[in-house]
Amino acid sequence: MEFWYALVELLPFEWAQPGQMYFMKHALLAVLVVTPLFGILSTMVVHSRMSFFSDALGHSAFTGMAIGALCGFHEPTWAAVVFAMLFALLFNLVKRRSALASDTVIGVFSSTAVALGIFLSTLNGRSFTRFNALLVGDILSVEPAKVGVLAMILALIVLLWAVSFNQLMLSAVHPALADSRGVQVFWQETVFSVAIAVVVTLSMTWVGLLVINSLLVLPAAAARNAARNMRQYHLLSLLGAVLAGIAGLMTSYYVGGSAGAAITLYLAVWFALTFFLRKK
Amino acid sequence: MRKIKHGKLAAGCADSCCLKLEGLSVQLQGDSILEDVSFHLHCGEIVALIGPNGAGKSTLFRSILGQLSYKGSITFSPARGPAIRLDDNPASGLRPLVGYVPQAPHFDRGDPVSVLDFFTAATAKWPVWLPVPKKYRDRAAACLARVHGEELLDRPMGGLSGGQLQRVLLALALEPVPHILILDEPLSGVDIEGEHQLLEMLDELRTQYDLSIFLSTHDFATLGQFADKVILLNRRVLKSGPPEEVLSSPEFYETFHLRMGRGGV
Repeated sequence: MEFWYALVELLPFEWAQPGQMYFMKHALLAVLVVTPLFGILSTMVVHSRMSFFSDALGHSAFTGMAIGALCGFHEPTWAAVVFAMLFALLFNLVKRRSALASDTVIGVFSSTAVALGIFLSTLNGRSFTRFNALLVGDILSVEPAKVGVLAMILALIVLLWAVSFNQLMLSAVHPALADSRGVQVFWQETVFSVAIAVVVTLSMTWVGLLVINSLLVLPAAAARNAARNMRQYHLLSLLGAVLAGIAGLMTSYYVGGSAGAAITLYLAVWFALTFFLRKK
Repeated sequence: MRKIKHGKLAAGCADSCCLKLEGLSVQLQGDSILEDVSFHLHCGEIVALIGPNGAGKSTLFRSILGQLSYKGSITFSPARGPAIRLDDNPASGLRPLVGYVPQAPHFDRGDPVSVLDFFTAATAKWPVWLPVPKKYRDRAAACLARVHGEELLDRPMGGLSGGQLQRVLLALALEPVPHILILDEPLSGVDIEGEHQLLEMLDELRTQYDLSIFLSTHDFATLGQFADKVILLNRRVLKSGPPEEVLSSPEFYETFHLRMGRGGV
């Protein structure tokens, strides 16, 4: 962390002065770890039309938090991670076995998870309001240890991307063709959805449940407007996510307001820009 | 009509490679999709599979590709060496390579997938979100050259015409060169010129690589020009033989004309 503080202190901002405003320095580091994560995952979420699924995962993450809190865990996040992973696994199993369209299966899972979450968190007449913080998120509450965990996950995702992006892309384009070329379509999809589950759950408390899905959709959606191949697609998605992340955090610092929401708004602007510059 | 290279020269299946389906039956969710399907495919032979929608054509392909469980047997006899049952899971070196051209996958116009991306993703471990090394680029170009499609390399998949897309898929199915090439409705969504090109290319390929080509189609008019054998399928094999024989059979009329009649002609 010392190295990071020293690095940030080089910046010409009032909060970057030595010996103060550590929450802001942590938040900047968190943004620099989380936004590339979303920028990368976003490419595949959009490419394989999973935006509704990632939305449902956000809901299940909240339910996991409620379960964790009910069990009296000091750190309910880990319960939520486990719950979201189970949710992703079960969803993939049911999708494979059932003849229903996948958005129908997602609808079933999503509504069940939300209902369970609301029911559990309001049990014994308790008020729902203590979960409001989750809905909006607070990036200034970041602890360095958790940034470390997410940095590790970022490294894992980059590794996953290096090893299995090709198979994942092929599975999304044409499962039977992918299978004929030796791709284990089911496992590729399952590992990917579990990865989204972990990332969404761990970053939910910072970004906020209500806007987290936009971070999984907007970067790649904007990149698609302009990209002609996978290199450009990844570059634009990553760039959009990171720039919007930094700009959103700054805006939130200077004018108040939720950082998660500000980041999303910048991404929306990025989308509008690429839309007008889109390839004809 | 052109000469048939291998299929009819060989007296039996003894001295040519051959894919044999014997008593193949497939059930999906309790419904019987294929019943007791038996036939042979020889190398150098183009066999066309025809039948109404829901006749089990794609299911038959998926069985050969090993994507479905089935009763009966599918064996491959190479020109030299012992026959191999496809469901025995022998060491991968022995298994016949099956090239598969699926029913045209859907690409949106805006999909950021270039032909190079698609090709590299399917044939190499190199992740396509990184700059593609020249080695893979050259290989993709060489494969596309087999189907006269070198100029398509940097085009987005979503911008290809039906015929161009089929050619890219065909180039992919030919890398590595398979023993058996399966094409699921390669002529649908392809205009007349593209269709002509594609059929020429298949003819060229089978003589060049001596492979068996097995394709499904609804285009009966061109069958006689390219197919050595036609199999009429509707859950079971209703008729098989040379195109003119199958197309003039009562089974063919019954399968297609009665259905059209009921449709309100």
